[in-house]
Amino acid sequence: MSFELIIQLTDSTIRLTTPLLLACLAGMYSERSGVFDIGLEGKMLAGAFGAAAVAAVTGSAWIGLMAGMGVSVFFAIIHGFAAITLRANQIISGVAVNVLAAGMSAFIGQNWFKMGGQTPQLSGSGRFNEISLPLAETLSGVPVLGAIYSDLISGHNILTYAAFVAVPLSAWVLFKTRYGLRLRAVGENPGAVDTAGISVERQRFSAVLICGVLCGMAGAYLSLGTSAAGFVRDMTAGKGYIALAALIFAKWTPKGALLACMLFGFLEAIGNKYQSITIFDLFVVPVQFMQALPYILTVVILAGFVGKAVPPKSGGVPYIKER
Amino acid sequence: MEAESEKAWHHDAEPALKLKGISKSFGPVKANVDIDLSVAKGAIHGIVGENGAGKSTLMSILYGFYKADKGEIFIDGKQIEIPDSNTAIAAGIGMVFQHFKLVENFTVLENIILGVESGGLLAPSLDQARKTLAELADEYELQVDPEAKIEDLSVGAQQRLEILKALYRKANILILDEPTGVLTPTEADHLFRILRNLKEQGKSIILITHKLREIMDATDTVSVMRRGEMTDTVATKDTSPEGLAELMVGRKVLLKVDKAPANPGKNILSVRNLNVTDGQGVARLKGIDLDIRAGEILGIAGVADNGQSELLQVLGGMRTAEGTIALNGKEIDLSLGDQGRSRRQIGISHVPEDRHRMGMIMSFSAWENSVFGYHNEPEYSRPLGLANQIAIQNTSRNEFERYDIRPRNIDLTATFFSGGNQQKVVIAREVERNPDLLLIGQPTRGVDIGAIEFIHKQIVKLRDQGKAILLVSVELEEILSLSDRVAVMFEGTISGERVTSETDVNDLGLLMAGMGEATT
Amino acid sequence: MNSNIPKWVDIGLIPGLNLLIAFALAGIGVLVVGESPYRALTILLQGALGSSYGIGYTLFYATSFVFTGLAVAVAAHAGHFNIGGEGQAGVGGIGVALICLSFLGDSHWLLVFPIAVLAAVAFGVAWAFVPAYLQARRGSHIVITTIMFNFIAAALLVYLLVNVLKVEGTLAPESRRFGEGARIPQMNEVGSWFGLQLASTPWNISFFVAVAACVFTWLLIWKSKLGYEMRAFGASAEAAVYAGISPFKITMVAMTISGAMAGMMALNTVMGESQRLILDAVQGAGFVGIAVALMGRSHPVGIFLAAVLFGILFQGGAELAFEMPAINRDLIVMIQGLVILFTGALENMIRWPISSFFDFRATAKEAAQ
Repeated sequence: MSFELIIQLTDSTIRLTTPLLLACLAGMYSERSGVFDIGLEGKMLAGAFGAAAVAAVTGSAWIGLMAGMGVSVFFAIIHGFAAITLRANQIISGVAVNVLAAGMSAFIGQNWFKMGGQTPQLSGSGRFNEISLPLAETLSGVPVLGAIYSDLISGHNILTYAAFVAVPLSAWVLFKTRYGLRLRAVGENPGAVDTAGISVERQRFSAVLICGVLCGMAGAYLSLGTSAAGFVRDMTAGKGYIALAALIFAKWTPKGALLACMLFGFLEAIGNKYQSITIFDLFVVPVQFMQALPYILTVVILAGFVGKAVPPKSGGVPYIKER
Repeated sequence: MEAESEKAWHHDAEPALKLKGISKSFGPVKANVDIDLSVAKGAIHGIVGENGAGKSTLMSILYGFYKADKGEIFIDGKQIEIPDSNTAIAAGIGMVFQHFKLVENFTVLENIILGVESGGLLAPSLDQARKTLAELADEYELQVDPEAKIEDLSVGAQQRLEILKALYRKANILILDEPTGVLTPTEADHLFRILRNLKEQGKSIILITHKLREIMDATDTVSVMRRGEMTDTVATKDTSPEGLAELMVGRKVLLKVDKAPANPGKNILSVRNLNVTDGQGVARLKGIDLDIRAGEILGIAGVADNGQSELLQVLGGMRTAEGTIALNGKEIDLSLGDQGRSRRQIGISHVPEDRHRMGMIMSFSAWENSVFGYHNEPEYSRPLGLANQIAIQNTSRNEFERYDIRPRNIDLTATFFSGGNQQKVVIAREVERNPDLLLIGQPTRGVDIGAIEFIHKQIVKLRDQGKAILLVSVELEEILSLSDRVAVMFEGTISGERVTSETDVNDLGLLMAGMGEATT
Repeated sequence: MNSNIPKWVDIGLIPGLNLLIAFALAGIGVLVVGESPYRALTILLQGALGSSYGIGYTLFYATSFVFTGLAVAVAAHAGHFNIGGEGQAGVGGIGVALICLSFLGDSHWLLVFPIAVLAAVAFGVAWAFVPAYLQARRGSHIVITTIMFNFIAAALLVYLLVNVLKVEGTLAPESRRFGEGARIPQMNEVGSWFGLQLASTPWNISFFVAVAACVFTWLLIWKSKLGYEMRAFGASAEAAVYAGISPFKITMVAMTISGAMAGMMALNTVMGESQRLILDAVQGAGFVGIAVALMGRSHPVGIFLAAVLFGILFQGGAELAFEMPAINRDLIVMIQGLVILFTGALENMIRWPISSFFDFRATAKEAAQ
């Protein structure tokens, strides 16, 4: 493998990791608070659509991003209302969000733009363009380090940087702040939080809203920050579920989320680059296997064969004050 | 003399807590009716009452979980509203719940500061808590390692932490709900020392319990609740356990069960060197030996969670174990799981400790519950794996008559029945199988007094028919009044065995704490 | 759950109201795009039920949804959420296709069909088996594993259609057409045996299998000892152990039956309609099954009715998209989402007020006595 190829694959990995990482962190906030969310996919999709549609109309990627987050938050509120306020089955609520988001985005998109569910092609300020970090051009000539700086570190859009910054930031919030303490507590033992005079509902709702914002960013990245440059039907294509898988892989920690998403992003990058991989001239690994690998790995992890993934103790359980 | 009367006057004038006319209903259920209560400063005030008498509701109102429908609350003579727990905490009310409210994978310090952090960042709060905790520990003899994880603490230490949590929040009124249910008598004594200490420092303590002995030992005054009403408040020294029991129930109660001396026959059950290890690798039962003869009730006493549940589960076929168990001389294979059915077939019936979680399916109709566990018997079967529902309903109807289960409607869902009637459904089901051995756990938990007498009579009747009975109860009174022999469990072992007529509460209490001589 | 609610309210009024809200919101959606909801509804009903052709398609779709709805319901009774109907049906389709593509495909449908049923069952079960086993033995959350298995199934299907079953020289990722012997009778043919004139639609004899599956499920859940054990375990695992019911057995059995139901869905689409294995044979029916089971309260009769309702939506929706350019089939997906939302996730929004009304009435009655 040449150095160029490594750079190329890594660069591709970073791009593919971005939406996974944002969605995975989104799920982390929600599930750490005790609200399971299989609706990451739907919120991402809705966010992607909202962002693309508004960016197309206003010509501003930033307003698009706001809209994408807004739409995603709208679905997060539905999920929160069902799961927290109405104590509904969180799986059903998540499924509802996914199906509803898929239907609504396509239905509205079709009627709005009459392009078969797509949004118009975005360009210029309607997209998040690549940011050249200072001196990237100048340093690109320096062997190895120059290439790493100019091709890997520089040249991504703002959302990619945001996603990677969100990892240490989330770790800090989760483990060093009052908010994080309460968030972790409410997912483990909401009774302890409640009797400490903190509203369980409010705490969980706040986490669900953060989840909505981050899913919206993930979606906006897909429609405004990739070469798609616009919304395409079903453009999340299961990324929300991969993020969910990554979250389990990550054992609900920010650092783990980064590693798991990079791994899954890397697998996707390989899958995009090669149609099949031949190992030692013996096995031919088809691309479909690469695509299925994140799911297979997650099943293996869930089965506890490679380190047990233990979810927050009160996850998925609506909180009812005892009499 | 003068100083003392002044002190007394001071007490009367401004009680730490005063409730006036508190009422609360849940739909048709009147949980609290016009409750008045006054708790003096620096006093330990007991509240006793049966299950469902309204104690917990009243405390939940005090702690801001529920809003009272009407009534007034005064703290130090000042009227306040308590819309939420925050307000309660700010008003100086601290609560130690029966089920601790601790985050298991947090440290002691993290649990302490939860909800009263000094700012957005944790580090300063933790430092402050560490310092304060050391001071509190000195002041009240409440030692807990601040950096320990909760899951590594003993039950007693967790309870001390709950008290520390309240003190850290500057509680002046401390409410403890059934605090000794999970403690050994020694730990309970330790707790009461702490409480007296707190009282000396001027804190007011409300002790909710259904254990009359604790009330007599620890409190200055005691209030009795019955059916949502506060029936009486008396000075503890002016009352007796019998008097309190009568107030609780509203009529004279037989604390003793009428029964003839046992007439034991041949050995029915013998247990030898029984060992159980749980999923985490913790030994739950360690070398248990037991024998029960026909026509005999063996009571298993002990503080909750000392292996009694595991013993019942092994005997009832719910979990695997090592060692030998023989019924009527025939050995049972303990290496197999899910043996509930085969146990029933060889003549072991099982009234489980928790009828809501185990003994019944609450969403099933009563008749479906009447054969739960026996549903595969040939008499309830039809070809092709179908159930003979007519036969099942006949059985159920029959048992409803014989055990006077009300309402007399087998189609109702289990949730419709009162605790006593639910328990009767379970007991009828198990007793009517005519077992050789009846396992019965906490037979009267959450059951009204009337049903308790009935259930106790049924157990004695079964004994007199020559059956062997293993009775597990955390209520010493119940053990003493029903059993012919008593075995005490402590940390997975039998810490002692006694003939009931030759023992008493103190003797058993020592064994329950693992402090008796280990002779059998 | 709540004791004072009469049965008719529980199984009739509450789902009815929830459905009404879902449709009202969909109606608003139609209004927003500038069409008349009333006209849309008329076209929808007309398209779905107004002709033998429409009814045929409606019941064709309904057949699929009965299978996937039963799959969700059977697992739900045992306390498991099988969200993997999509994958199980997809893999069931592979089983059906392998039989139909084999030498059997050139024999007679009377021979092929029973074998294909067995294959659909076997393959569907196989795909449910691993998640079931991992749940029962290793405690892996079945919701997550079945989701993962949906994606693995999708990848497997693509692999087979691209690398193994594709007809050489073509681009389309689909298998060759099955032999004439693997063609099961459509209902118009069945009708003609009895002198009935029906339009030619994909509605086929798998419908009878679906009806039989409903009867089977009813007997299983409400009349058999196994169903009793499944419901007991679903309500309380601990109680089930007390009663001598093996959690392992129940989980495996429930998921086996569930997977079999989902797998059989492929009979309807692969054998009854497309006559070849295609990429998207399931068409989201696995997820529709969730909505169907929720609406039908996991009862076979309810599921059948809910499946027909969704059949109407799918068929009528297609007509609607044809008649009203502003409306496309995504509206139907949206309605499906709204139905899951209101009959599942937001059910308590309606249930709680109604239940407190009946509590209040019960109190008042008590007071009057």
